[in-house]
Amino acid sequence: MTDTPIKAGLSSPAFSLALPRLGGFARDVALRLLPPVITIALILGVWEVVCRQAGSSLPPPSTVLDTSWELITDPFYDRGGLDKGLFWHLIASLSRVAYGYTLSAVVGIGVGVLIGQSTLATRGLDPVFQVLRTVPPLAWLPLSLAAFRASDPSAIFVIFITSVWPVLINTSVGIRAIPQDYRNVARVLRLNGIEYFIKIMVPAALPYIFTGLRIGVGLSWLAIVAAEMLIGGVGIGFFIWDAWNSSLISDIIVALIYVGLVGFCLDRLIALAGRLIARGATL
Amino acid sequence: MQAYLDISHVGMSFGGKRTSVVLTDVSLTIQRGDYVSIIGHSGCGKSTLLNIVAGLLQCSTGGVLLEGKEVDSPGPDRAVVFQNHSLLPWLTVYDNVRLAVDKVFGRTKTRAERDQWTRHNLALVNMSHALDKRPNEISGGMKQRVGIARALAMEPKVLLMDEPFGALDALTRAQLQDTVMDLHQRLGNTVIMITHDVDEAVLLSDRIVMMTNGPAATIGEVLPVTLERPRDRLELANNPAYHRARAAVLAFLYERHRAPSAH
Repeated sequence: MTDTPIKAGLSSPAFSLALPRLGGFARDVALRLLPPVITIALILGVWEVVCRQAGSSLPPPSTVLDTSWELITDPFYDRGGLDKGLFWHLIASLSRVAYGYTLSAVVGIGVGVLIGQSTLATRGLDPVFQVLRTVPPLAWLPLSLAAFRASDPSAIFVIFITSVWPVLINTSVGIRAIPQDYRNVARVLRLNGIEYFIKIMVPAALPYIFTGLRIGVGLSWLAIVAAEMLIGGVGIGFFIWDAWNSSLISDIIVALIYVGLVGFCLDRLIALAGRLIARGATL
Repeated sequence: MQAYLDISHVGMSFGGKRTSVVLTDVSLTIQRGDYVSIIGHSGCGKSTLLNIVAGLLQCSTGGVLLEGKEVDSPGPDRAVVFQNHSLLPWLTVYDNVRLAVDKVFGRTKTRAERDQWTRHNLALVNMSHALDKRPNEISGGMKQRVGIARALAMEPKVLLMDEPFGALDALTRAQLQDTVMDLHQRLGNTVIMITHDVDEAVLLSDRIVMMTNGPAATIGEVLPVTLERPRDRLELANNPAYHRARAAVLAFLYERHRAPSAH
C-alpha cells in the first residue's frame, strides 16, 4: 500500500475508512504469519531446553548452528570427492529424481490412459498394481541392483517404480470418471480417436493426473533419500548416512531440514503446474 | 409423400437376466420445419426415444430414417442440446462452439468463415458478450444458450433437445423459450424437444406427442397445436385455443395416464 491515499484522505471522511482498511491488511498478514512463527519458536525452545540437559544424546539448536555453521552458510563449496556443500548433494539427488520421475510420469500417464479405456484391462491389472504399490521403495533396491549392476540406474529405477503407481492409478481413474455427457458430445461431433484423446480425454482427466503426479513426486523424494543411503556416491541420502558414520549429528539435522524444504518445494511446484495447466478445468 | 424424419415401429428393451421393455412400437413421422414436443411422466422412455433418434442408442426393433437414410450412429446432422448443457469446462464459450464448427465445417469453410460462423451462432443466442468466459463463469441459462448455439452451429437436419430448460428457474426458462421460438421462426429448424412442462409444450410446438407410462411405453396420442405463429405468451393467456390444447395435455397426463407413483 502506498501512503498517498492516506495523505489525501487526512482532510476527508475517507481517512476514517482508509485507516481500518490498512489495519485490516496488517492484521491479515499478522494472522497468517504469526501462527507458524510462534509454532517454530516453540519447537526450537522446547528442543533447546530438552537437549541442553547433561547427557543428552542429541545437540540443541544452538549447538547445531555452532558446529554446522559452514554447512549452513556455504552450500556451494566443493573440495572434491564427497566433500561438497549441501547444494551439490541436493542437485545430485534431484537429478536422479528428475530422471526417475519423468519416466514414471510418461509411463504412468500412458499406461493409465490405456487401462482407463478398458474395463477388462482395469479388472485384470488393478489387483496387481494395488499389491505392487504397497511394496516399500527400498525393497526394490536389491532386485534393481541385481538387474542393472550399477548404482545410478538402480536408484533411478527405485524412484520410477515407487512413484509410477499413484500416477498410473489416478490417470486410469480419471479416464474412467469422464462424464458420459462429454463422451456423448464427442460422439455427436464424430471426434476420431486422436481428437477425442487431445480434446476431451486429457483435459477431463487432468485434475486426476495431477493428483497422481503430486503424490508421485512426494514418494520419489522419499525413495531417493532412502536409496542413496545404500548406494553411496554424491547425494543427500548418502550425505546423511556419511554424517552418521562420522558422528556429525548436527550435519544430519541440517540436512534433514534441507530435505524437508526441498520436498515441500517439489510438492508445491507440481501443484502450481497443475493449477496453471488445468486452469478452468474444474467444474 | 415421404416423411423427412420417419420413426417406424421403434422398440427398445434393455438386456440382462430380466429384459425390461422400455419402448414398444413407437411410430412417428415428422416433416421438415416441424416443432414436435414429446411429453410424458418420468420413466416413460422419452429420453430413450430421443437418444435413439440421435443415434446414441441402438433400438432393438424398428428403425429411424432421416431423409430416407437409416440412422445407426450419432452425427452432427442430429445435433443434441443436452439437459445439463454438457459444455466442456476447460474451453471458453467461443471454443466450445468453435470445436463443433471446426469438426463439421473443417473441410468446407475457411478459417475466417468458421470464426465468423461461430460468432454468428453465439450472436443468435445473445451470447456475444461472453465469448472468452468459461462455462463455470456464466449462469445456467447462459450455459444452455451456448449449448443451443453449439447445436445450431452444426446446421443439423434435426435439432434434438432433451429437456433443455428443465434445470432453469421459471424466468430464465421463459426467456430461453422465447429465444428458441424466435430462432425456429427465423431458421425453420426441424426440432424434437423432450419436456415435462405442459405450458412449454403448447407454447413451442406444432405437435405434442404424449407418451403412455412405462414399462413398454408407446405414443398415446398426438395433439396438433394450431395456434398462429409468431406466438406471444401474454396474448396466449387469453386464447381459448391455447387453453383447450393445454387442457387436453393435462387430461391425458393426469386423468388417463397418471404417473405410476400417484396410484
